[in-house]
Amino acid sequence: MSSDTASIQVEGLNMSFPSRSGQVVALQDISFSVGSGEFFCIVGPSGCGKTTLLRILAGLETATSGDVTVSVTQKGRPVNSMVFQEQSVFPWMTVRDNVAYGLRLRGISKKERWKIAEGYITMIGLSKFADCYPHQLSGGMKQRVSVARAFANDPEILLMDEPFGALDEQNRILLQQELLRIWEGTRKTAVFITHSIDEALCLGDRILVMTAHPGTIKCIVNNDLPRPREISTIWGNPRYHGLFQEIWGILREEVLKGKELEASCR
Amino acid sequence: MSKYANSRFITNTLSVLSPLSLLLLWELLARAGIVDTRLLSSPTLIVQSLVPLLVSGELLHNTLVSVQRIIAGFIAGSVPGVLLGVAMGLSPLVRSAIEPMVQATYPIPKLAIMPLILLVFGLGETSKIFTIAIGVFYLVIINSMAGVLHIEKIYMDVAKNFGASRKDYYLTVALPGALPMIFTGLKLGMGMALILVVAAEMSAAKAGVGWMIWRAYDMFAIEQMFVALIVLSVLGYLFSIALDISERWIIPWKRRE
Repeated sequence: MSSDTASIQVEGLNMSFPSRSGQVVALQDISFSVGSGEFFCIVGPSGCGKTTLLRILAGLETATSGDVTVSVTQKGRPVNSMVFQEQSVFPWMTVRDNVAYGLRLRGISKKERWKIAEGYITMIGLSKFADCYPHQLSGGMKQRVSVARAFANDPEILLMDEPFGALDEQNRILLQQELLRIWEGTRKTAVFITHSIDEALCLGDRILVMTAHPGTIKCIVNNDLPRPREISTIWGNPRYHGLFQEIWGILREEVLKGKELEASCR
Repeated sequence: MSKYANSRFITNTLSVLSPLSLLLLWELLARAGIVDTRLLSSPTLIVQSLVPLLVSGELLHNTLVSVQRIIAGFIAGSVPGVLLGVAMGLSPLVRSAIEPMVQATYPIPKLAIMPLILLVFGLGETSKIFTIAIGVFYLVIINSMAGVLHIEKIYMDVAKNFGASRKDYYLTVALPGALPMIFTGLKLGMGMALILVVAAEMSAAKAGVGWMIWRAYDMFAIEQMFVALIVLSVLGYLFSIALDISERWIIPWKRRE
C-alpha cells in the first residue's frame, strides 16, 4: 500500500530565532528525504531542535530558509497529522469525537466519521471508553487517542513528536508495539522524533542522528532489522545491539558537547 | 462498619450537630437573659414571627420581587458580558479597544454609582436591574476574556495542524475551552447579584428582601430582619445549586471530585 503514501523532500532548511544575544541558530542546513511508506526516526540530544524541525514539517512554524516538499498522492487529503509530545487530546470532547476531529473539520457527516473513528478506537483497544472524556483516562490511554486521531485523519504523512516520552517504561513498550502493529497495517510515511535510541531502533527504517547547538545532521543510520517487528524479539537480535552501540557512539560526543555548552552558559 | 465509614459517620454527624448546638446555645443564652433579645432575638422568637409572614404571603411576595430582579439583572449583565468577553479573548483589536475601559472602571465599587443610576433611571425597576447587571457584567466579561486567553497553546496547534478554519477554531476550541472560566464568572456574578439586590432595595424600593430588612430596622422588628437574612441565605444556596446543575449539563467534561 506504500504506493499511495507520500514522500518528503527537505532541502537546505535553516531556522534561527532572535534572542537578546543576537540570532540563535536552531537548525542549520538540514537536508534529507523520506521515502514513500518509510518510518523515519530522528534522534538527537535534548535541545537539538528536533521538535522545531517537526513543527516546520507540520506547517506550524516557518523555516528561515529552505524547502519542504511533500509529494501529494491524492487531492484533498490532509498533508500531515501530528501526534504531539504533551497531552493534546481535547478535554471537552469524548474519545470518539477526539478521534473523529480531523474528519469533522473536513466536513464528513457525523454518522460517517463516527463509523471511521470506531475502527481506530477498536484498533487502540478503547472501545469501552469511546464515550468517555479524557479526564477519565490514564496518560497512556490519552496518548493512544492522540495516535488514533492522527491515523483516522488519513493524512499523507504522520508526524510524531516523542509521543510516548511522558509515559512510564512499561506503558511505553506496550504503545510502541501497538504503534508498530497499526503502522505495519497501513505503511504510512512517518517521521518520528525521540531521544531514545531503543525506540528509534524498534520503530524506524532509518535513523537520522542530529547534533546540538546548532542542530545539524550528523549522519543517517540504516536500520535493517526485519519487519514485521516484535519488540521482545528485536531486543534479542544481535544486530540490534550492534546498531545501538553504533548510534550511541555517534550520539555520545554530541550529548557531552551539549552539556559543556550548557555549563558554559551558566 | 469499616473504619472509613465510621469516620464518615462521625464527620457527618458533627456537621449537623455543630450548628444545632449553636442555635441551642443562642436560645439558652437568650432565655437566661444573657443575650439581649431586643437586639439579637432568639431562634424561637424568629420562628414565631416567620409564621405570620408566611401565612399572609408577604414573605413570598417580597422574595419573588427580589428573585425577579436578580434574574433580570443577572441575564442583562451576563449575556453581554460573555459575548464581549469572548470577543475580547479572540480578537486583539476588540481587546485593545475595550480592555482599558474595563480595567479603569472595574475597581469602582458598584454601590458608588448607585445614586447616579437612580438619577438616570429613576426609582423604578430599571435602576435596580441595571445596578445588578453592571456588577454581574464586570465579573463575567473579565472571566470570559481570561477563559479564552488561557486556552493552552497546544490545542491551537492541534486545530491548526488538523486544518481548522477560524470558525472551526472558535467552535471546537475557543468556546468549549473557555466555558469553565465563563462559568466561574457566572458564579461570582451570582454572588454579586445577591449583594447588589439588597443594596438596591435598601435605598429605593417598596418591596423585596432588602426592603424588608430596612423596614424591620425602621420598625425595630428584629425578628423580621432575621427572617429576611434566612431568606437571603436560602436564595444564595438555591442559585448556586441551579448554576452547579447547569454547569454539570453544559460542561460534562469537567473533572469533579
